[in-house]
Amino acid sequence: MTAPAAPLPTERRERSVPHAGWMVVARKEFADHILSARFVVLLLILGAVAAVPLYMTADIIRSAASDASGGQAIFVALFWFTPPLPEALGQQGTLPSVAGFFGLVAPLLGLSFAFDSVNGERSQGTLPRLLSQPIHRDDVINGKFAAGLSVIGLVVAAIVGLIAAFGVLRLGVAPTPAELLRIILWVLVTIVYVAMWLAFGMLLSVVVRRAATSALVGFGFWFAVTFFGGLITGLIGGFFAPISGSIEQQFRNNAAQETLNRLRPDILYAEASRALLSPQVTDVSTPATVGGYEQAAQRIPSLLSLDQSFILVWPQVVALVAVTVACFALAYVQFMRQEVRA
Amino acid sequence: MTSPAGRPIRKRVRTPRPGSEQAARHAVAADSGVATVPRARPSLDLEPNGAPIRTRGLTKNYGDLVAVDDLDLEVRAGEIFGLLGQNGAGKTTTILMLLGLTEPTSGEARVTGLDPARHPLEVKRRVGYMPDSVGFYTDLTGRENLRYTARLNRMTDADTEIAIDDVLDQVGLASRADDLVDTYSRGMLQRLGIADALVKDPDVLILDEPTTAIDPIGVVEILDLLRSLVRDRGMAILLSSHLLNQVQSVCDRIGIFAAGRLIGQGTLDQLAGRFGGAHAHIEVAFEEIDESATERIASVLRGIDGVSAVSPGRTASAPWSVTVASSEAEAAVRRRLPVVAAEHDLLLVSLRPVAPSLEEIYRHAVARTLPADGGVQ
Repeated sequence: MTAPAAPLPTERRERSVPHAGWMVVARKEFADHILSARFVVLLLILGAVAAVPLYMTADIIRSAASDASGGQAIFVALFWFTPPLPEALGQQGTLPSVAGFFGLVAPLLGLSFAFDSVNGERSQGTLPRLLSQPIHRDDVINGKFAAGLSVIGLVVAAIVGLIAAFGVLRLGVAPTPAELLRIILWVLVTIVYVAMWLAFGMLLSVVVRRAATSALVGFGFWFAVTFFGGLITGLIGGFFAPISGSIEQQFRNNAAQETLNRLRPDILYAEASRALLSPQVTDVSTPATVGGYEQAAQRIPSLLSLDQSFILVWPQVVALVAVTVACFALAYVQFMRQEVRA
Repeated sequence: MTSPAGRPIRKRVRTPRPGSEQAARHAVAADSGVATVPRARPSLDLEPNGAPIRTRGLTKNYGDLVAVDDLDLEVRAGEIFGLLGQNGAGKTTTILMLLGLTEPTSGEARVTGLDPARHPLEVKRRVGYMPDSVGFYTDLTGRENLRYTARLNRMTDADTEIAIDDVLDQVGLASRADDLVDTYSRGMLQRLGIADALVKDPDVLILDEPTTAIDPIGVVEILDLLRSLVRDRGMAILLSSHLLNQVQSVCDRIGIFAAGRLIGQGTLDQLAGRFGGAHAHIEVAFEEIDESATERIASVLRGIDGVSAVSPGRTASAPWSVTVASSEAEAAVRRRLPVVAAEHDLLLVSLRPVAPSLEEIYRHAVARTLPADGGVQ
């Protein structure tokens, strides 16, 4: 094309490394995340938050385990058991379980690694330069999502691994293969849940121009869903389906309220983790009819096998995946349509 | 966003261009060696002439705003083409279309023979681009930033290190390469930006405001570098700038942009011929005149046929500036001046025609093209 004087520019170009654009982006982003202060801080916070219920739960389980006959599924109880508040506090009540704490803090993890992913590039002025390299535009957002997902997977797996190791040492009980599978499945669902918040954070980072604003919106949304979500769905549910009238009616409306509650992703995750972690959970919803209630009451308590537990919360898992995909798709479309210029 | 094809919904933000203007524009194109564009335009592919950047009728509308209007541009290998224009004149939009980062509303472009809208990756592999107010990852070093660019261009690790050392040396950043970009000054960022555009070893270089923050000595170095790239590598360089004297000193050809339209392109001389203004200027100095002679000289100079205005220099011995009403009369006035000086016993020190500066050309061009109500908000 150009003058022949050029010293073999094409040769250099042709010997290309077989890395797709999104992998190069992901690699850089991953390195950035791992070396960032927020990674270390989040790892510490999440670890500390998980350690409190873990420590208290372990003591209770140990005393219970010594006189438990079958010793069935004791290990996973480490994750779902809600320990009572310490007596020193002089109050009744329970602490959230390890899984509960995860559900509380996981959104922070997802949002933290995403809220400034695209608008950060914009404000730094690196986006036009990045997009003028020979990569597709979606390589940028795909790579960033992949990197965020990897970091999240790393953090969650590391913490759960630490908890499990602590459990083995402290309880003196090793997990059975079935329990191990339950934990792995739960970790995967947890990653999906965090990925949902990651995708949501990424959507905000595409739509909102300033990183500070998108962080505020993201954390505000998390706060609202977690602490006021129940209040809001309760109000709406109480208005449209009040628990009153005949017994039948009350059962029906209770079921309707439960369904309404499931619009909250944190409820979906809580239900999924409850069923996946403990084989004792045979039902995630209360029966919608009097007959169903009677049946449930007469049922002999039994333990579900893993596949049965999974089938129980399959809809919840699918819903979580769907919300994640929807958030990411929205972020993707918005990003592809945006002008390069700020 | 954009109008459906064929139905322009754009609001005329300026008066329709008169036919004479159009004719004059094509005349300039012919002057500069560009084939005059016929009304029925064949596809650019049918006229392969090897220029690395060619556009034909390139247009971009943002809703009602016409950002780039019917742009015919050609940048050849081995030349530096300067795009001049106010902020918002459409320079950056043009550049984004050339890179395939924005779809043109209509018209076509060829960069290294490829359509950037259809083959953006191939185009971007061959084109080094430095955006306006270029940014880098501040938590990485200059070298790491360039390494990322090289990886995105799929260069092997060994090539990358060689290329990075090479370009950092060329832009004079070798000694600061391993410092965090956070510690760089604006000028250093721009140097790094040029290095970043060069690291992929491009055939075409597109620089958007490349030297605005670089100190004067640095600018000379950078402009020398650009010249040597064109000379030794046969690169084609398109640079946009509003620093007129830099453009004047480094560019082979210049295009003047106003309100989305290229109102003139060519060498400085060609542009001067077209936009130099109706007036010509002559600088003339006389020896040892005292203050009292000023009036006399003024009346003598005014007496020459064709002279429309005279103004004395700032000091008594400084040259006078003589304005000639039309550029055709300029030669006659220059011929007449020594004679008149001799007649009035004035000792001539110097006499030279003043070529219009690019600034003047630019002002005239914009003033002539944009009516008083202006096309730019």
